[in-house]
Amino acid sequence: MSQLQAVNDFVVKFANVNGSGSASANKLFAQSVLRMGVPATPRNIFPSNIQGLPTWYEVRISDKGYMGARGGTDLMVAMNPQTWDADIKSIVPGGYLFYDSTRSIPASKFRSDINVIGMPLTQICNAEYTLSRERQLFKNIIYVGALAALLDMDTDAIKGLLADQFKGRDKLIQANYHALELGHSYALKNLPCPIGLRLEKSDKVGDRIFFEGNAAAGLGAVYGGATVCAWYPITPSTSLAEGFTKYCARFRVDKETGEKRFAIVQAEDELASIGMVIGAAWNGARAFTATSGPGISLMQEFLGLAYFAEIPAVLFDVQRAGPSTGMPTRTQQCDLLSAAYASHGDTKHVLLFPEDPNECFTMGAEAFDLADRLQTPIFVMLDLDIGMNDRLCAPLQWDDSRKLDRGKVMTAEDLESGRVFGRYLDVDGDGIPYRTYPGTHPTKGSYFTRGTSRDRFARYTEEGAAYQDNMERLLHKFATAAKIVPGPIRRDASEPTKLGAIYYGSTAPAMDEAVDLLAEQGIALDILRIRAFPFSEEVERFIEEHDQVFVVEQNRDAQMRTMIINELEINPKKLQRVLHYDGSPITARFISGSIAETAASLKIVPLRKAVS
Amino acid sequence: MTFLPKPKLHHPKLASNALGFTRRDYEGSISTLCAGCGHDSISAAIIHACFELDLPPHRIAKLSGIGCSSKTPTYFLGNSHGFNSVHGRMPSVLTGANLANRELIYLGVSGDGDSASIGFGQFAHSIRRGVNMTYIVENNGVYGLTKGQFSATADKGAKNKRGVPNNDEPIDMVSMALQLGATYVGRSFSGDKTQLVPLIKGALTHKGAAFIDCISPCVAFNNHEGSTKSFDYVREHNAAVNFLDVFEGRDEITADYAPGTVELVRQHDGTYLKLRKIANDYDATDRISAMNFLQTHHARGEIVTGLLYVDPDAEDMHAALGTATAPLNGMSDEALVPGNAALAKLNASLR
Repeated sequence: MSQLQAVNDFVVKFANVNGSGSASANKLFAQSVLRMGVPATPRNIFPSNIQGLPTWYEVRISDKGYMGARGGTDLMVAMNPQTWDADIKSIVPGGYLFYDSTRSIPASKFRSDINVIGMPLTQICNAEYTLSRERQLFKNIIYVGALAALLDMDTDAIKGLLADQFKGRDKLIQANYHALELGHSYALKNLPCPIGLRLEKSDKVGDRIFFEGNAAAGLGAVYGGATVCAWYPITPSTSLAEGFTKYCARFRVDKETGEKRFAIVQAEDELASIGMVIGAAWNGARAFTATSGPGISLMQEFLGLAYFAEIPAVLFDVQRAGPSTGMPTRTQQCDLLSAAYASHGDTKHVLLFPEDPNECFTMGAEAFDLADRLQTPIFVMLDLDIGMNDRLCAPLQWDDSRKLDRGKVMTAEDLESGRVFGRYLDVDGDGIPYRTYPGTHPTKGSYFTRGTSRDRFARYTEEGAAYQDNMERLLHKFATAAKIVPGPIRRDASEPTKLGAIYYGSTAPAMDEAVDLLAEQGIALDILRIRAFPFSEEVERFIEEHDQVFVVEQNRDAQMRTMIINELEINPKKLQRVLHYDGSPITARFISGSIAETAASLKIVPLRKAVS
Repeated sequence: MTFLPKPKLHHPKLASNALGFTRRDYEGSISTLCAGCGHDSISAAIIHACFELDLPPHRIAKLSGIGCSSKTPTYFLGNSHGFNSVHGRMPSVLTGANLANRELIYLGVSGDGDSASIGFGQFAHSIRRGVNMTYIVENNGVYGLTKGQFSATADKGAKNKRGVPNNDEPIDMVSMALQLGATYVGRSFSGDKTQLVPLIKGALTHKGAAFIDCISPCVAFNNHEGSTKSFDYVREHNAAVNFLDVFEGRDEITADYAPGTVELVRQHDGTYLKLRKIANDYDATDRISAMNFLQTHHARGEIVTGLLYVDPDAEDMHAALGTATAPLNGMSDEALVPGNAALAKLNASLR
């Protein structure tokens, strides 16, 4: 039988039962690989459940640094009888199955074209431990020890991580070391170590960090100067508010007095969350909420108010497959349209699309400057794939000379100096008016905030001309936004090509790899990663310069493509859909397959072939 | 209608308060509500209360939802920032504003449709959180701007203008506020200024969630025979439990009342609430008995008014959150941004 051979380039998938404590053991495995200097990207695939349902943890190991999901499993750690059949099926021919052989499993339950490695994990645990909780938790560590032997890993890396994790609790460290050794020595003695898949020390990780997107965005909000967070628990955004809470506790509590330089309210629903954010932002604090698609739906009316009343608000939308009773634990990029055009009346909103935890941090902070500068809601569009998974990314940095940009705010001195204040008066020609915080001056600068039905000086009027005047200024402001939001990032193929692809957010790692896969097939592709809406001029230019542009997205209705067509008046025939929307993260194989197929149907001859 | 400025001229002998402001300085633009609307009397009472308390107008933030009542903040405190938000959501906007700057005085104005129907949840949760605010419901039992539909506070059996009775049980906002933990609860009647003005003053000086249910007859749609929110009906069924005075210092309290008829309550900010009792058996500092009293008298068809409950030692949301005493909206970059060194340390822990 063939045995798959690979060094530092394979996929290990753990099939577990939710709530069995496997998550930390699996993360330990992934981090150990990273400590060996080998890039590894884990993805937690979990159900909407606390205990009992199946959960998977997939670790893609790639010396080349590919971090997108790959598809297929090279080594399956099958610890869940419920999903046995499907798990066995997902193993590639010549791949490996590692399972708990305590209870005998009929031969018909296996496949003949895979390598089966059984280890009596339960038996070993029961012999070693008496407490049932210990048996359960250490079983996970034991299999990590066994994997270390099977994959020829360095156990020092694992031990180092355990020592860091349980720092100061020596007893726990020793107990974990013991379980690890138990698994490691059993495997060395009884199993065919090492198997064809092996890990070797490398230097491909560099100074990169391993961080969760939601936590990074929460930290970004701390650095962005957010002081008010109002939120309602919803998967997959909850850990963002929790991240903010954690980093506020670390960085924003006065050491002497215990006073908190932040306020976090768990609201009664998403309507109240965004209401509080709007109230706080109106009153001059930087405020945000974290939510997901159903929350955005509930916030629609308020978002219109914020747009028209020109209130700076920041929303983190950690997208998931819809609807409310949908697939809350599966990833998608499906809220673009409902966020971009949220609410009733003519509205348009600014969106940012981070690709990884590093950008979750930088855009998380920048969103607050943009909100204040533009006096409008800013959406930071994460998704479950980057939000709830740990991902290797560039280390976080902050320029200490940077000042928070509070935008156009008139102070008591400004008002006193006789400068004209009109809340909706465009003084600078960029469509952005000045505002005052409540309580600034005893007799000047107060105004009454409404949606519309007011003139440039915030005086009540229902006159059509005043309404239209305001609407046009808002459009002008949106054009200003296009100039100051993060621009797209373009990467051209090594040879000239008329094929382009547009992508955004968590699709980035799969796209990077797809470009290489396509190049191997002789298809050259220029790519453009959109980082914000409204679109800057570069997006239009990129489309102009290519005959066909693939728009790669993780939703059914090609929402980004719709926005491009709508906003830039592009001929739809020029934009090809590449859509992945089954709730799993998009893969390079899917993108390259889809693009290659379309390219073939469009009779696009690879350049190399055309020349030869 | 368009904005109509009021003439700035006033009588030279018009009294001014400790800040040198006259009552005119607390006014807003001309009301566009119907002539005789109870809400205008409440606006006048708010102006009166703020003037007498010597409050700097610009240190008050007035917030409202949608409806006739929610239009009124335009008609008082023209030098205050105001926010006409969305229907039923004033409480969350006010809560957020309060989080941002705990130093301003927050006045939330709402109606019975705004607070008892669409915004019932937000009303409840803002009270639960103990937001430091004065929350006034201008309660007329109908939707005025959409021309006379019943609201959730309309009494069962009350008739609308066309004689059709209301079949649903009413929501008693005062009972709800008491149950939800409001620390200052009053009910009054827009036609009784002598009762209403001190109640608003007490609420504005109270630290915590202060709630006032003010019955305010709708002259256009709910002031007819068969209505239980008409001027005549409320006057006939008004059962005041006490009469309130608000004083800054203890010295102003004279002792010419019979023993047991006056109760003195000292609030956080040093102001005193002097309660002249009308119902001798009523104790305004006992929440449970206040709730009992309300239920008993409601069953008798009486509308109990006055200062119904006060907890003078109440704490507010900021105390529960442990927020800094300085307003969050004025914090410096240094106070908020941890800097690059902290990130370097964090990076090291994430490898």
